Amino acid sequence: MTTTLALPSVAPLRAAPPPREALRRAVYDVRALSKIYRMGEIEVHALRSVDLELYEGDLVVLLGASGSGKSTLLNILGGLDTPTSGTVRFAGRDLTAADDRSLTRFRRESVGFVFQFYNLIPSLTARENVALVTEISRNPMQPEEALAMVGLADRADHFPAQMSGGEQQRVAIARAIAKRPEVLLCDEPTGALDYETGKLVLNAIATVNRELGTTTIVITHNAVIAAMADRVLRISSGHIVEDRRNAKRAGIEELSW
Amino acid sequence: MRALNRKLLRDLRHLRGQMLSIGGVVACGVAAVVAMGSTLQTIDHARATYYEHARFADVFASLKRAPEPLASRIAEISGVAAVETRVTAAVLLDVPGLAEPATGWMVSIPTDREQTLNQVHVRRGRWPTPGVSSEVLVGERFAEANALTIGTRLSAVINGRWQRLTIVGVAMSPEFVHEVGGGGTTMFSDSRHFGVLWMGRDALGPLYGMDGAFNDVALSLSPGANEQSVIERLDALLVRYGGGRAYGRDDQPSNVVLTNEVKQLRAFGIVMPAVFLFVAAFLVSIVLSRLVATQRGEIATLKAFGYHDHDIAMHFMGYALAAVLLGAVMGVPFGAWVGSKFTALYVAYFTFPELTHHTSLELVALSLSVAAASAVIGALAAARTAAALPPAEGMRPPSPLVYRPLLLERLGFTGVFTPTIRMVLRSMERRPWRAAASILGVALAVGTFVGGTFAFDVAMYMGDLQFRVIERADLSVSFIQPLPARAFHDMRAVPGVSRVEMYRSVPVRISYGHRFRQIAITGLEREGTLRRLVDADGRTYAIPPAGLVLTKALASVLRVAPGDTVRLELLERGGEERRVVVTALLDELLGTAGYMEIGELNRLVGEGRVVSGAYVSLEPGAESRALGMLRRLPSVAGATPRRAMLESFEEQITSMITLTTTVVALLASIMAIGVLYNGARIALSERGRDLASLRVLGFTKREVAGMLFGEQAAVNVLGTPLGLLMGVGIALLIASAFDSELYRFPVIVTPRTYLWGVVMVVAAGLGAGIAMRRRINALNLVEVLKTRE
Repeated sequence: MTTTLALPSVAPLRAAPPPREALRRAVYDVRALSKIYRMGEIEVHALRSVDLELYEGDLVVLLGASGSGKSTLLNILGGLDTPTSGTVRFAGRDLTAADDRSLTRFRRESVGFVFQFYNLIPSLTARENVALVTEISRNPMQPEEALAMVGLADRADHFPAQMSGGEQQRVAIARAIAKRPEVLLCDEPTGALDYETGKLVLNAIATVNRELGTTTIVITHNAVIAAMADRVLRISSGHIVEDRRNAKRAGIEELSW
Repeated sequence: MRALNRKLLRDLRHLRGQMLSIGGVVACGVAAVVAMGSTLQTIDHARATYYEHARFADVFASLKRAPEPLASRIAEISGVAAVETRVTAAVLLDVPGLAEPATGWMVSIPTDREQTLNQVHVRRGRWPTPGVSSEVLVGERFAEANALTIGTRLSAVINGRWQRLTIVGVAMSPEFVHEVGGGGTTMFSDSRHFGVLWMGRDALGPLYGMDGAFNDVALSLSPGANEQSVIERLDALLVRYGGGRAYGRDDQPSNVVLTNEVKQLRAFGIVMPAVFLFVAAFLVSIVLSRLVATQRGEIATLKAFGYHDHDIAMHFMGYALAAVLLGAVMGVPFGAWVGSKFTALYVAYFTFPELTHHTSLELVALSLSVAAASAVIGALAAARTAAALPPAEGMRPPSPLVYRPLLLERLGFTGVFTPTIRMVLRSMERRPWRAAASILGVALAVGTFVGGTFAFDVAMYMGDLQFRVIERADLSVSFIQPLPARAFHDMRAVPGVSRVEMYRSVPVRISYGHRFRQIAITGLEREGTLRRLVDADGRTYAIPPAGLVLTKALASVLRVAPGDTVRLELLERGGEERRVVVTALLDELLGTAGYMEIGELNRLVGEGRVVSGAYVSLEPGAESRALGMLRRLPSVAGATPRRAMLESFEEQITSMITLTTTVVALLASIMAIGVLYNGARIALSERGRDLASLRVLGFTKREVAGMLFGEQAAVNVLGTPLGLLMGVGIALLIASAFDSELYRFPVIVTPRTYLWGVVMVVAAGLGAGIAMRRRINALNLVEVLKTRE
């Protein structure tokens, strides 16, 4: 028996900023989430009873040192991993009860991923890398539109090997948002990039969040980046140790590290 | 154990699927070398030993009649070591249990002294008693085919008179390792209708008026003698005695067949292993190149620690040699087993005192060195890459492959392909040689399958042609002895018979120059429809009003062209001679035979309207009644329903098909799986990270598998038609090798065989896919987010 998630496929286009806190819908509702890895003889508690709500349209920065559990949390939110206990509800649906096939559909329809190392298909051009995803989506943008949004309209016919790391990462962002996902999950998106290109990429992420209203979660160990967020979560040893809202999102040009 | 070797062993365990599939292909190559080589060596050795041991002659000549003292003058020819004179004659035989007459070749043996040349070896029984003309030895093949044992009596027409003979022994001679004789009258069992018989010289000589004379001579040469000059001198001596056409071993009929067989074996023994070892070398090459690519970091680390370049190169050679070792362990025993089966098959065709299959150590060593050489060649490029990798560069990830739009796209055909197809095609275009070799590998597998199984299509076609097109009578009836033509009315009177056509079959020794064969000339009615002249392509010909029609096979044996006059010795009439002009050649599928219009044949022989049997067609449902009646007629030797012959033929073929097709399909599948499985493993290794990313992006397992197998599918789609073509090529090659006196081997491949070839590769592809499924399911989606290639 497979439980299928009947998910709304398209987040309506809205102009930021989001309405008042009380009226906003929680996209994710996380309750008592724990994850224990067994590595040989040793049990690693990656997440310890995490409770969390994430709201529609927020740009959330998730801070934490390596091994803090932030990637585990992101993987579970993205439907790549399942928790040991606790529940994750996405738009009212229980992800923890879903099987592999339903999780694949969830990723396909609702989630956009951006990886640290871009993970573009080397044999496809920028446009084709985006098209690869739009062709399996229900209501995608044109690949050109997505590339324009990250400022790469003129690089559409280049192969990954012909582009810089920052350009490749922006193609990856275009690929992630072209299907108009409800959430955009970015795992250390600037981790492999230098300062200047890193800022270009963050700018692209902020633009997407602002213009499409896509709930965005960015994992980083770079605390400076937190200033661009609506909300900042800090995670340590599997616990959320800090949860604050920025009064005002800083512009990317204001960030420096 | 050195740490590097430990790494080798662990890696081998990790790569066991690939190693096993490569080892399988190597095993096929090794097995082919061992099987063909051991058979070849066994036969070659048996031949050489037997020829030497039994003192097989070097030069042969036949003549009309010469006085015995001529032998000493022959012995004086310079270069001649020994001389053996004898009396030979073609005879007609009446063999118990055989409806039709058989023909025999009678050769004299001395009863008062040892034979100097072509020594006859008595296998069972004893040597004929001196002076007793009823005692004979018979050839083993003929004895077995007709279940003749010591004490069996036969009748023979010797010099025009029926003579009773008693078999006192079963024997063999180096002259008749293969009992080449007449074309026979049926396609299956030629040795039933032709046999060699030996009779004491003192008994046979007088029967032919050769007391103190001879009509055949064999010589051996002294070392270093010039065969051609001896032949010329001998011809000069014999020409006035009706000789003058001496020939050497190269033209000796039995030896020719044996030599051809050995040549064919040698050719196949080179071609077959070459195909498998080429594929093995290719597989080693792609697998090792990939291994070196994934182990860049490790190679760099080893070098940083001070390992020499050649240590690294040898380390990677180790993988290739492991595959060879694995292949040898499987291939050598399998090859030896197949070789023993092959040798057993030859026992049915060649008579040697001993034909014990033996696999020599040298051959095993040779097969292993050839396999090792192919693996080393395959590993060379990868080992050199590993050796040449500078440590600092190895620590960095490899520079990304630069892709470009497809040729078709550069030509302006954009937007034709989906991204998935683009991925597949661009990656093939990026490594054209690898793609080409994979396609060739699949093509060779398909070709091996088609080329290895088409023989059955041919057999089925032959059967169909023989029993449905050429022979259309429901029954073929043969008489005990030739009857007057009015026997037609007796046949016609049998209830249920709807049509009768009479035929005449005349056993002859046909010769042109020094070449001869014993065949039957069949006289057919000009308006006949139940037995027709049909060529290999199924075209029907009318029998010409005059002259002799020969099958092309026979014409080429005799080197006769239309317009030439051949000499016939009528075996029913003690060798009376006739001459007849060959008017046409018939490209018949089976055998060596001659045809004439029945009236012409009667006239040529000098007999009245005489027939040997009848072709009969029946009314529906009348078979058993008609058969019962016919078999009770005292003049009828046999009546064979065509249906029964066709059924037994097809049954025989079907049982052979099952076995051979299974073996060939197994070999071809091993090759196809080797190519496809390794291709998929390498594709997964190269693109696993891409595919895992796509899984994260929401692609299903099925979609990802589609991308992974796309390349293998493309290789299949391109390789299969090429393989089918190649199969036809291999078939043509095999056909030309097997074209022989008894069979003309047409190349016929039915859609069914093509279809099975396609099914075989598709199944191999699916098998490779299933083996890969676990790996696709195990793609680590989380890892891919974190790691760089």
